[in-house]
Amino acid sequence: MSISEKIIITGITDEGLVRDHNEDSIGHTNELGLLVLADGIGGHKGGEVASAIAVDSILQDLNKALPLITTGKIDESTGYSIESMLIEKAIKDANSKIFDAAQKNSKYEGMGTTIVVLLLYDNRITVAHVGDSRLYRMRDRILEQMTRDHTLLQELVDRGFYTKKEANESLNKNLVTRAVGVNATVDVDLLEDIALVDDTYMLCSDGLTDMIDDSLIEDIHLNYRDNPNKITKELIKQAKDHGGKDNVSVMLARVLKEFPANSNWYTKFLDIFS
Amino acid sequence: MPTIQISLNGEVESELQLAKDTMTIGRKSDNDIHLDSLAISGHHAQIVTILNNSFIEDLNSTNGTYLNGSLIKKNVLENGDVIKVGQHEIKFITISAGAEDNFEKTMIINTAAIGMQETEGNKAIDKSVGKIVAEIASSDSGKTSQKIAKIRIVSGANNGKELTLTKVLTTLGKPGVQVAAITRRPTGYFLIHIDGGDNGERPHVNNEEIGSKAHPLKNNDTLEVAEVQMIFLFE
Repeated sequence: MSISEKIIITGITDEGLVRDHNEDSIGHTNELGLLVLADGIGGHKGGEVASAIAVDSILQDLNKALPLITTGKIDESTGYSIESMLIEKAIKDANSKIFDAAQKNSKYEGMGTTIVVLLLYDNRITVAHVGDSRLYRMRDRILEQMTRDHTLLQELVDRGFYTKKEANESLNKNLVTRAVGVNATVDVDLLEDIALVDDTYMLCSDGLTDMIDDSLIEDIHLNYRDNPNKITKELIKQAKDHGGKDNVSVMLARVLKEFPANSNWYTKFLDIFS
Repeated sequence: MPTIQISLNGEVESELQLAKDTMTIGRKSDNDIHLDSLAISGHHAQIVTILNNSFIEDLNSTNGTYLNGSLIKKNVLENGDVIKVGQHEIKFITISAGAEDNFEKTMIINTAAIGMQETEGNKAIDKSVGKIVAEIASSDSGKTSQKIAKIRIVSGANNGKELTLTKVLTTLGKPGVQVAAITRRPTGYFLIHIDGGDNGERPHVNNEEIGSKAHPLKNNDTLEVAEVQMIFLFE
């Protein structure tokens, strides 16, 4: 049984009600449990171009690299899994491609994109992100934001200038401090975690989270619990009903069954006390 | 541009515009807002303005900074707010630019290379937030959590054993009894409940059962997983 039968993956991107084009891009490879979402930044067509390059390039790199490795091995020097290292490398490659394209064509100067990548493998996940596109998890009927935005606002919250509530009401929401393709190099945030049956992972652009708050997102997940397609559609609909001022993209991965790399995966739970 | 109105004993003494990104308030004459009173520290507080928002920040003053009657360290300022330092009251006045048009496009603040290529958007931003951006770039907050941590077992057969958390994701426990994981994220270390065995019990941190969300760990926290007690420590 392949991983695509154990995890349901859905995704929608929508230009919203105000913008006349869509600068978001999404893509996934179900057989690898791989999801990628990008929100492009930059005038003219720059944003669209940057997010499309990012998604295409990352999918291409990982579709090639992931099947060649042994699942679940750890990179000794960093402590991350080999999968995490490959994802980081794929994002850095995309960064170079976008940066080079912008250097060559003045029309695209300064373009960039946010990115969030989710990979499900061996009952684990790796999440990689840059910018303000987010990853959330629904577990035990509770929604948790797992990524931390790279925005000026989040930096101000971290430094104690704002409470989270004040931050939500602030005007300086959309200033990202990191993006893919803007500089010659990029820092990628990586996190790893254990995936459990019934988890639902959600990737989204700020077109969702600027329009509706986390409690409404949680309610929608609870209302349509077993139907990822419906959840995705309803989230997009609600973002539009609440203004739809930006492009909005949502991707979900719902874990139906365990997906160990080999059958006795539980024996790996023996880092200590064994 | 926001303005402030300074009063003493209910009488307005002066009014001025917040012309600079950072306006300091204090008794010494080198302050932007110079208030000559013994109740006010040399450099008492500052008002920082970033794009559309202004903030008040106390600079470890002796007598403190009050905002609308409450003692604060840092806070965002809203139209009509009253800051009190010593006996002086400073009223913050801003004419907000209609809520309708405030939905801005996402823009990038270039933290890596100030003075590199400028887009239309970040030109204005680079100017007004240069200082805080430089601070963000230099602090590199994403790396602070990469300190190496370890856990020391303090009960049972393995008492005294230590495990350095070299992997990003470390699993602990006994399958069927209780399983948890410690994960290193860019924001720090977290304990995660995975499996509670037959009775569904969750791990404890400092004697409290953790929830479904990842639980942040601090130096010297005591953990209990699968009835084994341990301490979380930074090396």
